[in-house]
Amino acid sequence: MFQEILVHLGEGLLEAFQPLNMMMIFFGCLAGLFVGALPGLGSVNGVAILLPVTFLVPPTSAIIFLAALYYGAMYGGAISSITLGIPGASTAVATVFDGRPMAQKGLADQALMAAAIASFLGGTVSIVLFTLFAPPLAKFALAFGPPEEFSLMILAFATFVGLGGDDIPKTIFSILIGLLLATIGLDIISGRPRLIFFDIPGFLHGINFLVLAIGIYGIGEMLWTLETTQGKVQVENVKITWKRFVSNLKQVKEYIGGATLGSFLGFFVGTLPAAGATPASLMSYGLTKTFSKDPDSFGKGKPAGVAAPEAANNSASTGSMLPMITLGIPGSPTTAVLLGGMIIWGLRPGPLLFAEHPEFVWGLVGSMYIANFVTVVLNLALIPVFVKVLATPFTVLAPIIFTLCVVGGFAPTQDMHDVWLMLLFGVFGYLLRKLDYPVAPAVLAIVLGPLAESSLRQTLIAGQGSAAVFLERPIALTCFFFALMLVLYPVYQAFTRKGKKKAEAAEA
Amino acid sequence: MKNSFKKIITGVSALALCTTAAVTAAQAWEPKKPVELIIMAGKGGGADQMARLWQGIIQQNKLSPRPFIPVNKPGGSGGEALQYLKSKAGDNHVVMVTLNSYYTTPIMQPELNVDISTFTPIARMALDTFLLWVRPDEGIKTLDEYVEKVKAAGKDWKVGGTGSGQEDSILTAMMEAEFGYDVTYIPFPGGGTVAKNLIGGHIDSTVNNPSEQSEFYRAGQSMPIVQFNDERSPAYPDTPTAKELGHDIVYYMQRSINGPADMDPEAAEWYRDLFKKVFDSAEWQKFCNEDGIDCSTWLDAAGLEEFHKNGLARHKNLIEQVGAKAITGE
Repeated sequence: MFQEILVHLGEGLLEAFQPLNMMMIFFGCLAGLFVGALPGLGSVNGVAILLPVTFLVPPTSAIIFLAALYYGAMYGGAISSITLGIPGASTAVATVFDGRPMAQKGLADQALMAAAIASFLGGTVSIVLFTLFAPPLAKFALAFGPPEEFSLMILAFATFVGLGGDDIPKTIFSILIGLLLATIGLDIISGRPRLIFFDIPGFLHGINFLVLAIGIYGIGEMLWTLETTQGKVQVENVKITWKRFVSNLKQVKEYIGGATLGSFLGFFVGTLPAAGATPASLMSYGLTKTFSKDPDSFGKGKPAGVAAPEAANNSASTGSMLPMITLGIPGSPTTAVLLGGMIIWGLRPGPLLFAEHPEFVWGLVGSMYIANFVTVVLNLALIPVFVKVLATPFTVLAPIIFTLCVVGGFAPTQDMHDVWLMLLFGVFGYLLRKLDYPVAPAVLAIVLGPLAESSLRQTLIAGQGSAAVFLERPIALTCFFFALMLVLYPVYQAFTRKGKKKAEAAEA
Repeated sequence: MKNSFKKIITGVSALALCTTAAVTAAQAWEPKKPVELIIMAGKGGGADQMARLWQGIIQQNKLSPRPFIPVNKPGGSGGEALQYLKSKAGDNHVVMVTLNSYYTTPIMQPELNVDISTFTPIARMALDTFLLWVRPDEGIKTLDEYVEKVKAAGKDWKVGGTGSGQEDSILTAMMEAEFGYDVTYIPFPGGGTVAKNLIGGHIDSTVNNPSEQSEFYRAGQSMPIVQFNDERSPAYPDTPTAKELGHDIVYYMQRSINGPADMDPEAAEWYRDLFKKVFDSAEWQKFCNEDGIDCSTWLDAAGLEEFHKNGLARHKNLIEQVGAKAITGE
């Protein structure tokens, strides 16, 4: 079987090395970088806008182009997260947590490099996993029913503990705010409207996750920076020399652990239909922080805090291709658009695609290996350009950030209602920050809340009101067990640390 | 009133006249910005696949100067999409792909305050069909075996479907009334997810549309037991209809395009002309044939208005007959 895979992969690589396909990879990656870096545009819209271009070339070249674009966008999202503090796409929100503080310290080049290298690692791990285990993994994805989905969501919630810092009541408050915002809109199970404030129709589609994230991080951050710096340039112009590049490269060992964890976690979460790259990157950040030797330094500019989510989002983007190709079910919004493309090209995704169109599937796989190299090279080469942004005075940068935030708030739903909401969240985020509340748990809660709610209710309907179903599902039980461990781990850590401190005090 | 009169005139006039009118209208109005193609269901489901195929056909054949952007609004059994379309009155750059929830959701959720007769009917693209699907490992070959098994399982029998209070749950409730059993119905956000949950063994049967199950069927992972059309669909010649077996359950899914209220008649005419070309395209007809969807008759404005009126009345009747509670499972 292994040999067979190698033969297929060789053919796939040969296919990807065709001049036309190589060109597709290069331009796809480049377009993806820019699409990802522009807030609110994101890979979904990028793929949707460029879908018609692909009708001019054969299907294999077309999917290669779109996959490269998807891939490049995952890298690109990190650029605006780090340099401007606005998440370029929902998948890059977790990158802001540490990327932005690093940039403020004048370490933007290090952050961008951590993002590029981690993304490369994530991409490589996931594509190797994809090559070797696609069919069995597809079976595993099928084993995920509503009870398993719910248990996975609980596992993700448990990583909140790692996201919140020391103040547990404030973390819980933040989670609850996020969950409350997530219940706004029409209920998916009964179809009834919930919490439609003042009967404003804009609330019917719920609160878009990106609206909250751009508001809190983009606008909130801008207000905060304006207050603290009074508009003065806070970052010195970093001279990128070869020496600095090499010394940055040596930093890799600091974050390789988090990036590896993120790579595997991202792929796994990405393969599950309905999850996708955004929860994967947030979970990866939370887990890396929890298991770090020094969790308190996260959120203040730690390279591992950039590497973990970036590895996960690239890995998940490959992972979410798996249910699309083998089951015809998109694992993320972007793959949903890709799926539409495949149908137009006359390819029906499903369990038979591997057997009936091997040249297509393996050409895609081969192209992902190459796209991975192309993007990492492009990224490393463009770091000096991106860092230049930070040398701009903040009085010039602030209006640009504001404009990008407004566009980013408007783009996903094209509704002015969301722009007002985004600005409101910006002020809210600024106040939370002044009061020292963690906002990341609220952001995660609004992503996972709806998924958790519907899977729990589907499970309970299936069990006719009884939760006993969970006890019969080994995968669900495993997830619950790990979730419990995750919650208890920081408590255990806190106790041992207290003990240590007491002992030190006694010695002194 | 004036508008609908004009539509009726257009509808019944001779074909030549009709085409000339369409051509002049097309010259008079064209989209000036990207057109939102609202899908009142989730990604990966039947409606979604079709909308994306239409988008592709439009772009591939350069039928529109501006692109069509599909936007999924699956919330609340299509309630979100209906509300959205209502809020877009007079907007010439929004059209919606509708399902039967176009009829059922306003009936089931009166608080939405949506009256579909105010919307602008553009064209009917197809009548999609329903089949009853199970997994081969369940050992069910015929409808009788199915009914026997479900009766024995009672509430432990899990039927999955898209949303609650819409077509899948109505068809499930119709079957419950006909065969005298009571199952547990589990709503999912889209037909693709429903199909995956059947294959994964999390539910026991579904009433998926063919496009959602055909690939799994070809791979031998699912099989149809009975179809709910008037006659056997050419794509499934070996599967009996419920009617043949003496059970009067006939149910179709409409796939039509509708615009918001007060759309300019010229704009509506432009879209109608466009979707006629899509309907006639080889790609669309091939898709229909492969999936057993009935694409033999295209309905224009007048035909679609009449069709919607009947559809709304039939669903009011059906919901009264089986009871709203049997559909929502409350």
